[in-house]
Amino acid sequence: MAGEFGNPEVVEEEVDILLIGGGMGACGAAYELGPWIKASGGDIKVKLVDKAAMDRSGAVAQGLSAINTYIGDEQDPADYARMVSNDLMGITRDDLTYDLGRHVDESVHLFEEWGLPIWKTDENGERHDGSQGLTPLKDGGKPVRSGKWQIMINGESYKWIVAEAAKKALGTDSIQERVFIVKLVNDKNDSNRVAGAVGFSVREHKLFVYKFKCCLLVAGGCVNIFRPRSVGEGQGRAWYPVWNAGSTYTMAAQAGAELTLMENRFVPARFKDGYGPVGAWFLLFKSQATNAFGEVYMQRNKDMLNDYPPYGQAAVPASCLRNHLMLKEMKEGRGPIWMDTVTALGKLRETLSPREVKHLEAEAWEDFLDMCVGQCGIWAGENIEPEKKNSELMPTEPYLLGSHSGCCGIWVSGPEDVGAPTEETEAGVPEHLPSGWNWGYRAMTTVTGLFTAADGVGASGHKFSSGSHAEGRLAAKAMVKFVMDNKDWTPELDTPVQDLIDEIYRPVRNFLEHKDYSTAIDVNPNYVTPRMLQFRLQKLMDEYVAGVATYYTTNAHMLDVAEAKLSDLKEDALKMRAKDLHELLRAWENYHRIFTAEAHMKHIQFREESRYPGFYYRMDKNFVDEENWKCFVNSVFDNETQTFTCFKRAHVDLVDKAKLFQKTGGH
Amino acid sequence: MPTFVRTDKCDGCKGQDKTACMYICPHNLMKLDMDGSLTGHESRAFNQEPEQCWECYSCIKICPQQAIEARPYADIVPLGGSVQPLRGTDSIMWTIKFRNGTMKRFKFPIRTTPEGSIDPYGGKPEADYANVAKPGFFNHNEQNGYREGDPSELIAK
Repeated sequence: MAGEFGNPEVVEEEVDILLIGGGMGACGAAYELGPWIKASGGDIKVKLVDKAAMDRSGAVAQGLSAINTYIGDEQDPADYARMVSNDLMGITRDDLTYDLGRHVDESVHLFEEWGLPIWKTDENGERHDGSQGLTPLKDGGKPVRSGKWQIMINGESYKWIVAEAAKKALGTDSIQERVFIVKLVNDKNDSNRVAGAVGFSVREHKLFVYKFKCCLLVAGGCVNIFRPRSVGEGQGRAWYPVWNAGSTYTMAAQAGAELTLMENRFVPARFKDGYGPVGAWFLLFKSQATNAFGEVYMQRNKDMLNDYPPYGQAAVPASCLRNHLMLKEMKEGRGPIWMDTVTALGKLRETLSPREVKHLEAEAWEDFLDMCVGQCGIWAGENIEPEKKNSELMPTEPYLLGSHSGCCGIWVSGPEDVGAPTEETEAGVPEHLPSGWNWGYRAMTTVTGLFTAADGVGASGHKFSSGSHAEGRLAAKAMVKFVMDNKDWTPELDTPVQDLIDEIYRPVRNFLEHKDYSTAIDVNPNYVTPRMLQFRLQKLMDEYVAGVATYYTTNAHMLDVAEAKLSDLKEDALKMRAKDLHELLRAWENYHRIFTAEAHMKHIQFREESRYPGFYYRMDKNFVDEENWKCFVNSVFDNETQTFTCFKRAHVDLVDKAKLFQKTGGH
Repeated sequence: MPTFVRTDKCDGCKGQDKTACMYICPHNLMKLDMDGSLTGHESRAFNQEPEQCWECYSCIKICPQQAIEARPYADIVPLGGSVQPLRGTDSIMWTIKFRNGTMKRFKFPIRTTPEGSIDPYGGKPEADYANVAKPGFFNHNEQNGYREGDPSELIAK
C-alpha cells in the first residue's frame, strides 16, 4: 500500500546491526565492520540509516581545514589523555581518551590513502599543500602542525572521501538515506536492552521499523537549544551543524542509558557572526586577541588563571578559562574583542618572499573556505582583508557535544587493559547500573545492545573528526563480537507498532484535525508550530540556564524557574503540528532538543559548583570545589515517572596529570 | 548566507528522480517546485527554510547548472559581497567579491585520488577474529598508525 500524509506505509526490517547516523562515527563503523564480519564467519546483516546523505552529512559536511587529533610518532597516548583532561577541568575518562589516542592515527593515515590532501613540511621547513605528492604520513611524512595535536589539510572534500570508503565498504543495499530515526524501542523481555528503532522518511510517506541485535547510535551533538546570537536569517549559521538536534542523547537516555557530564557545554570564542575558526589564527599565524585598547587579555588577566588551580596553570589553560579571561573584558566594558590579524600577518610578512606572502594569504582564506564559508561572506560584505583590518571575536551561544572541546554524552564501557576501575566508590549509583568502567563490550552503553561513539560518548572530548571515525571503528569490532555472542537471540519490541506510529505522527494528526479552525495556518490555538516551540525553548534556556543573555550565569532559583517553564513546554510540545514531512522532521528534532535541554538543566542543578568558568557560572556556587565535585555527574531517565535521577561517580586518574604542571626549564 | 536558486539557470535536474540539491542538503532545505504553485517558478528548486541554512555550500558545489548562489544573511551583513565556488574533481576554485568591488580568487586541492577510485579493502590484510577483543583495528597496524604508548604512563594498571 502506498502511504499518504498522516497514514504512512510501514516498512519493517530485521537486521543484526543498525547504524543510526552517517557522520564520521558511522563511517568509521561502516568501514571496520566488514572484515570482522567476514572473520567471524557469521551471516551478519547491517543497515546504516542517515537522515541526510552520507556524502555531506554530520559535522564534517562542509569540510574542515585541519584534523585536530593526530598524535604522531613523537607523543604518547598518555600525553593526549592529559591534555584532554586539563582542557575539561580534570574530569574525563582516561581509559577512553587513552584508547582513542593509541588508535586515532590509523584512521588519519587511511584518509590520506583514500585521497585527503594533507599539508606537509619539506626538509627545508617550507610547507606545501596536500597535492604535492610528498611522503605520506604513514611512511614518515611530516605534517604541518598548527598546534601540538592539530595538522592542516585541504579538507573541502573530507567527508565526501570518508563517505565514499564507508559506502563502498557497506554496499548500497545496506544504506538508507533520508530516514530520521526518532526513537529506540526496548526489548519485550528485558527492559534494559534495545531491540529496535523507528523513524520516518522525510521524503516519502513511509515509517520504518527496524529490529536488531544491537545498534550504534551516532547522530551527533546538540545545537540550537539556546537562543543563538543571530536571530534572523543568520540563525542557521550556528557554529556546530544546525541539524545536530540532541538525537543521540535523547534516544539513548529514553532507552535507559546512563548519561554523563550533561552539565558540560562548549562555548567557542570565534570570529563574530560567521563563527569562523580561530585555531589556525592563534596557532599557525601566531595572532593575538586583544581588548579595545590593544591589550592582550590573556596577559592582562593572567592572574585570574590562578583562581582555578591546577587547570589554569598548565602551559595551555583550559578552554573555558580562556573564555573566562575574555568575558572579564566584555563585562567591564573594554570590548570589542579583536583578533589582531594585521599585526600577525605583518610580522610573518617581514621574513617572507612575495611568493610566500601570496601563499600565506591563500592559507588564511582557505582556513575559512574549507569549513566555514559563511565567515568569508562576512569578510566580503564588511570589506575585511585580514592583513589590513582586524576582525571581532565573540563567545557563541552554548553547544552540547562530546567530540569537540566538550564532554557531555553517554557513559560507555571502556578498554580493559589500561587500569580502569572495576568498582564504584561513590555511594548512590542506582543498583542496576554497572560498577566499574568496563562491562564487556567496548563502546556499549549501560543498555544491552546499545552502542555509541563520537559525539555520543561522554567524558572524553577532543576526538574531533579523526577520533570520531576511530571510535566508530572501535565500536564496530565490539558489535560484531556482541552479535556473535548473541547469535540465537531474537529481538521483540516492547511496544506495538501501531502505538509507535501514533506517537511519531502525532504532530501530523494535530495539524490535520485542527487546520481549518483558523484562517491563518500558523496561528491556531490548537497547535503550535515547531518553529515557535523552538523559539520558546531557546528563550527560556538563554534567560534561565546561563545563555548569552545573562553572560552565561544562572543560580538555583533561576534553574527552578527554568524547570517550571520546561514542564509547561513539554506538555505543549504534544501539541506541535506538522503540516508536511519537512515540518515533522523539525517537530521531532525539537522533541530531542527539549529532552537534551532538560538533561543539561538537571545536571547543572545537581552539580553544586561552577566547574567550567567561562562556559557557565552557578553564581550561587561560583567556585570549583575539588573536594566534593571532582567527580562525574551521571544520570538516568525513568520513562515511567518521566524524571531524571542524578548521581555521582568517582573520578580516577589513570595517567599522572602532575606532568602537565612540571616546569621544563627554558625561560 | 542562505542559498538561493537562479531562475535563469535551474532546470530542475530534468530527467532525474530528484534534484542534486535535494539529494545533498544535510538539513533537507532544498525543494523542487514541480508545478510552480509554491514559488511561481515551475520545475525550479528553492530553499524552503533559508533561516535554517548552515551555509555549508553543499548544494552550490553540487549543482550541475551552477544555478545556486548564496546571499550573505540580510539581518547581519552589508550587501554586495559574494563567495562563489566552482568545484572540480581534484580542486575547487573560489571567487570572492567584496562590497567595495575588490576581487580575490583562490584554487585549492580537494582530493589526490580520482573520485570513486577508493578500494576500501584492497591490499589490506584480513581480520583475525582471535583479536576481536584486543586493541587495534582489523588491518593489523598496516597503516603504521597504532601508538603503543609507554606502559609506565599507566599508573593505575
